[in-house]
Amino acid sequence: MSNARSELRVSLWRGGEDGRYETYAVPLRENQTVLDVVTWVQRNLDSSLAYRFACRVGMCGSCAMTVNGRPRWTCRTHVSRVAEGGRLEIGPLENLPLIKDLAADMRPFFEKWQQARGAFAPSKTRHDPIEKIRADSPARRAADAAIECINCGVCYAACDTVRWDEDYLGPAALNRAWTLVNDVRDTANAERLEAVAANGGCHACHSHQSCQEHCPLALNPTASIAGLKRRTMLGFLRGEIEA
Amino acid sequence: MNVRLYIAQRLTAAVMVPLVAVHLAVIVYATRHGLSAADVLSRTRGSMAWGLFYGIFVVAAAIHAPIGIRTVLAEWSPLQGRGADLVATGVGLLLLALGLRAVAAVVLP
Repeated sequence: MSNARSELRVSLWRGGEDGRYETYAVPLRENQTVLDVVTWVQRNLDSSLAYRFACRVGMCGSCAMTVNGRPRWTCRTHVSRVAEGGRLEIGPLENLPLIKDLAADMRPFFEKWQQARGAFAPSKTRHDPIEKIRADSPARRAADAAIECINCGVCYAACDTVRWDEDYLGPAALNRAWTLVNDVRDTANAERLEAVAANGGCHACHSHQSCQEHCPLALNPTASIAGLKRRTMLGFLRGEIEA
Repeated sequence: MNVRLYIAQRLTAAVMVPLVAVHLAVIVYATRHGLSAADVLSRTRGSMAWGLFYGIFVVAAAIHAPIGIRTVLAEWSPLQGRGADLVATGVGLLLLALGLRAVAAVVLP
């Protein structure tokens, strides 16, 4: 018989796109993260449960799931903060294809990251002296404000525009592009601005700010995207990009 | 949405801000003073200023609105890409034609 004070009722998405939620009873602990709950089910009730995690300390960005309707990093989300009446509903991240159970296919997310020219294009070799960047320069401050992204995909799952427009690059990819636009060492900005100014780029953002609301690191991708909108507009007016 | 459409939409919005304000003020003035259709037409017929004012207004609206409609169609309807482009362009041309016809009707002597 279940005891409401010692047990959680946990519904986990099982199967592929045509799967369903299945409910499990999990012991309630005083200190317990959502990832702990999922791991407990996999180790004690059903070893076939598929989910993804690595570091367990909020650095790797691999354990994000939908928890009671909101995308969250599960390793740093305490059950006591999110369980409603002793219940948890945990599903895969939205706006991404599903592999199985709680594991979403992150390929579109990272493909768009590449499409937004998210890779650093160095201007120097390892034989050159290290370039001195002033920490208080406006460009470096702008890059620093956005650079801590761990690519967990929470913003991508929370974004209405991603849901509605399959070509939209999404908050994380554009946020990454903004950090590189502000990196004086990078050499790929012409192509990068071209990429983010095209259809599906920064101008598709409606500034709903769900990315900012949900980002576990309290970053503000909407602000980065607004920066890209200004920068690409100037670039277009100056004839630097054609788009 | 891309940078060209973004600039066109923001630019036309900026143009329309003062035009909308004047347009609303004119409506309030005309109703408050009980102007009849004939009174209004006597002021607008042959007026280069009103012709330019509403002409610019119509052109700006005919550019601004279809860009938004294109986005709404692409995001919320089965129409994608080319289909949304075509429908939005059609709406823009319709707005332009109807608007300029209305301006001509009240401005031309």
